[in-house]
Amino acid sequence: MGIVFAVNKYAIHDGPGIRTTVFLKGCPLACRWCHNPEGMDKVIALVWNADKCIGCGACVEGCAQNSLVFENHILKRNVFSCIKCLCCIDLCPAMAQEAVGREADVPDIMAEIQKDIPVYDESGGGVTFSGGEPLMQPDFLVALLKACGSSGIHRAVDTCCFAPSRVVMDVADHCELFLVDLKHMDSELHRQYTGVPNDGIKKNIALLTQKGHEIRVRIPLVDGCNTDEKNIQASADFLASLPGIQRVDLLPYHGIAKGKYRKLALENRASLFEPVSSRKIARCADILQQTGLTVQVGG
Amino acid sequence: MNARIARLRRHSFQAHPALSMERAQLETQYYREHSGKYSLPVLRAGFFTYLCEKKTLYIGDDELIVGERGPAPKVVPTFPELTCHSAKDLRILNSRKMTSYKVKEEDIAAYEETVIPYWTGRSMRDRIFSKVPDAWQKAYKAGLFTEFMEQRAPGHTALDGRIYQMGMTDFKAKIASHITALDYLNDPAASETYEQLCAMDMACDAVIIFARRHADLALHMADKTTDTMRKDELAQIAAVCSWVPENAPRTFHEALQMYWFVHLGTISELNGWDAMSPGHLDLHLLPFYEKGLADGTLTRETAKELLSCLWIKINNHTAPPKVGVTAKESGTYNDFTQINLGGLKRDGSDGANEVSYLALEVADELQLLQPQPSVHISSRTPNRFLENALKVIRKGYGYPSVFNTDMVIQEQIRAGKSIEDAREGGTSGCIETGAFGKEAYILTGYLNVPKILEITLNNGTDPLTGEIVGIHTGDPRTFDCFEDLYTAFARQLAYIVDLKIKVNNYIERMYARYCPAPFLSVVIDDCIDKGKDYYDGGPRYNTNYIQCCGIGTVTDSLSAIKTHVFDTRTVTWDQLLTALANDFADAEPLRLTLWNRTPFFGNDDDRADAIMQQVFQSLFAAIDGKPNTKGTGYHLNMLSTTCHVYFGKMLGATPNGRHAHMPESDGTSPSHGADRNGPTAVIKSLAKMDQVKSGGTLLNQRFLPGVLSTDQDLKKLAALVRTYFRLGGHHIQFNVVDTQTLRQAQQTPDEYKNLLVRVAGYSDYFVDLDADHQEEIISRTEQEMG
Repeated sequence: MGIVFAVNKYAIHDGPGIRTTVFLKGCPLACRWCHNPEGMDKVIALVWNADKCIGCGACVEGCAQNSLVFENHILKRNVFSCIKCLCCIDLCPAMAQEAVGREADVPDIMAEIQKDIPVYDESGGGVTFSGGEPLMQPDFLVALLKACGSSGIHRAVDTCCFAPSRVVMDVADHCELFLVDLKHMDSELHRQYTGVPNDGIKKNIALLTQKGHEIRVRIPLVDGCNTDEKNIQASADFLASLPGIQRVDLLPYHGIAKGKYRKLALENRASLFEPVSSRKIARCADILQQTGLTVQVGG
Repeated sequence: MNARIARLRRHSFQAHPALSMERAQLETQYYREHSGKYSLPVLRAGFFTYLCEKKTLYIGDDELIVGERGPAPKVVPTFPELTCHSAKDLRILNSRKMTSYKVKEEDIAAYEETVIPYWTGRSMRDRIFSKVPDAWQKAYKAGLFTEFMEQRAPGHTALDGRIYQMGMTDFKAKIASHITALDYLNDPAASETYEQLCAMDMACDAVIIFARRHADLALHMADKTTDTMRKDELAQIAAVCSWVPENAPRTFHEALQMYWFVHLGTISELNGWDAMSPGHLDLHLLPFYEKGLADGTLTRETAKELLSCLWIKINNHTAPPKVGVTAKESGTYNDFTQINLGGLKRDGSDGANEVSYLALEVADELQLLQPQPSVHISSRTPNRFLENALKVIRKGYGYPSVFNTDMVIQEQIRAGKSIEDAREGGTSGCIETGAFGKEAYILTGYLNVPKILEITLNNGTDPLTGEIVGIHTGDPRTFDCFEDLYTAFARQLAYIVDLKIKVNNYIERMYARYCPAPFLSVVIDDCIDKGKDYYDGGPRYNTNYIQCCGIGTVTDSLSAIKTHVFDTRTVTWDQLLTALANDFADAEPLRLTLWNRTPFFGNDDDRADAIMQQVFQSLFAAIDGKPNTKGTGYHLNMLSTTCHVYFGKMLGATPNGRHAHMPESDGTSPSHGADRNGPTAVIKSLAKMDQVKSGGTLLNQRFLPGVLSTDQDLKKLAALVRTYFRLGGHHIQFNVVDTQTLRQAQQTPDEYKNLLVRVAGYSDYFVDLDADHQEEIISRTEQEMG
């Protein structure tokens, strides 16, 4: 069993071909620009969408714990008495009550993944496990990877690589491609922006390349954090020093997650950044290309 | 595009559609004088000759391909022998806000004086409506089906390559040999056959006369002009028009003019649905293109210029105005000429060639309403061709539409055609499959499948009017299980289909008797060989289609009843029926439960898709193989054009949570907003329909422009199309436009006059659509990436 918060089909920016991306919940990092904040916490979150609510009161009446109450048209949940039985989710006709994340077992997820096998076949696609951080649920992830492997489905893991090397290498045995984030080269700044240092991450990336695993590096470009020439040059040098890294994807920051933070009542965790100028993106690409790397903007 | 094409395009784009009474007046004069003297086929051919001799000609500045159906571009004649517009109709056409046609008041007066009195009671529409039974009238008025033939002639015809190998003199020789061979001693039909063949012979002469008049006019204009370049062009036009259609074309220019005269002939003789289509134009033109390049008489640029001229000619030919229900089925200026590109040759090899790419370039540059280019993709088609087509699609004009050649062929083999004829076939109109140049595949009307469920839920009564329009199949409250309900639905369906077919067959005989089409019969095999008219079984293949609408809405509605009334038993019949009768007033939680908590079609969810398969099978059982009057029969196709909006208006609230009078699902697309798992799930669901048993399906997909921004994205879209086709899909088409742009266009329509969007099997200018259709397009699910 694991906790999954989304299964997206027709994912065309998460690896080769058309893919299904499975988002595993929970992440050891807290990047200030995170665009999937619903994936940060490992536990299932219960969310009320005010814009969908029709105020029918079905959830309030149906709650056995009496944890829900309307106050001035705003639904309040008593988080201490709520036992997350999810009755309110099932009772809501308007889908205003929403569970972010669900418990799922391997056959559940495989049934979804297998539906698009003809699409993977035709496009050279497959499945990508993302998050959150998929390595936070290593047993579940490996079980899924094995199941995909026996169905002949191409497997990619989208990870920040902040995990024990043993876990990384275990996963590596069961996937064809790693999509690895490289957020900042300076460990202290990395800690400031993401909450953790980067030494272990760099070590894991190096380890993977030494073992000959295929890696695509993805650098989120966040203005004011990591787009300075010094950092991009350091990233370029680091990547060029590793064997077998051919391609780097630059992922310019976009403000699309703003609504998600609001919905999750996580506004205090969101930092807003300006979009990166196309001139700056081109400059970053240029620096990386000069070391012989193939660069693509967007995934 | 060069300066000439830019001027011609501007002129065509800016001309406002208007009506001309000339054809109606000539026809009335001719009929007054000659009706009763000749057999009907000869009378029709005589009138066609009279029209070709008398009608006002038009050769515009800059034109290289010449000929107009009316006296000028976008001026449309009327066809009173089919539907005679009343003075009131004409005034409405002149003044209505959307799709208006300019009509002069003095023309209306003349129409009232001469045309209307003669055709009242004689037009096909009057004849049909005076004969149809009461039960049909009630069902028709309830919006259970429409009838195509009540004001336009049966059509949907496309040509094969015959006219590029045979001129009218060759056709005449063939006709003459059949006349000589008539056996009056042993063949009881010989005299009737003789009349048909004489009429065809006269029609050949008529178009030769028509072309020669153009040649004379061009020479006359050449004499007058002082512009030496134009003088040469006019002399060239005169030479071309003196050669074709009398003789088979020899050059690229002659080939295009040949097609155009044949096109004009067929759409002037009658106004068959969907005008006329050239079929695989790229394949037909290729030998002329290659020959021209080889002998130095043609360059890629001059070929493109000539092809652009044809494109503009087709755009000049606005659809004849419809009235009543038919206007609601398709409220557009588009007359649906479709040009097939790519596909396969007769021998099964890949058909995509240099002219196919040239035609895509022309479509891309001209951005005109008509014609509708479509690309035909077989397993042999190179990716380069598909990707080039997708590059045009990405720009958001809604075309070209994309068809699966291998499927189009299989559908035809199943219907009994030869493999070669099937390969030479393709699609015309929106998505309709047919054997080009050899088949009459007549669309008979749309079937409102969700409405059939509605009357089933009301024991045969239309809840909107209280009229009994179906049969009594029982009060649903007495049904013990879903199968009981389904059986009742299938019985209603069979009853309505039979009612429609009975009347169709009657109308079909009326067309064969009163409205033969001798010129169309000349160019469609085997009308000459059989000595029979196009409408009377003359073609090699004769198919009638019934177009089934609302598969998404009806599937989702049945799924909602199955889920909530029978499986979970959380909703009672009383609750549901009361809510439907009141359009969910005071029942919003119930409506949302139905809408949000039901397995819906389009999500690759077998629970819903199995119901879709069951409905499709019932439609197939009710329609496929029912006999028409030509010794063959009916097939179904899954096309709605814009009829799902009209049918939606005639439909109360439905169990899938849809409000009363809102549009139904279009074509074979999922209900708007019901597909919630992206485009791969949509194609997987669609692929569960056994599409080979249809004569075409239609899938609309709307993509946000951002999903197609890079060439990589485009390759992935190509893979999506290929997957759908590998799984047995017939057709897919794309709108690539965001909601914001469409909303902006509603606010400031003048700034968006060029904004083409895909409506049904054709594109239309967004600002020319009425508000209902605009909303319908905006409500289509936007596919993003995962």
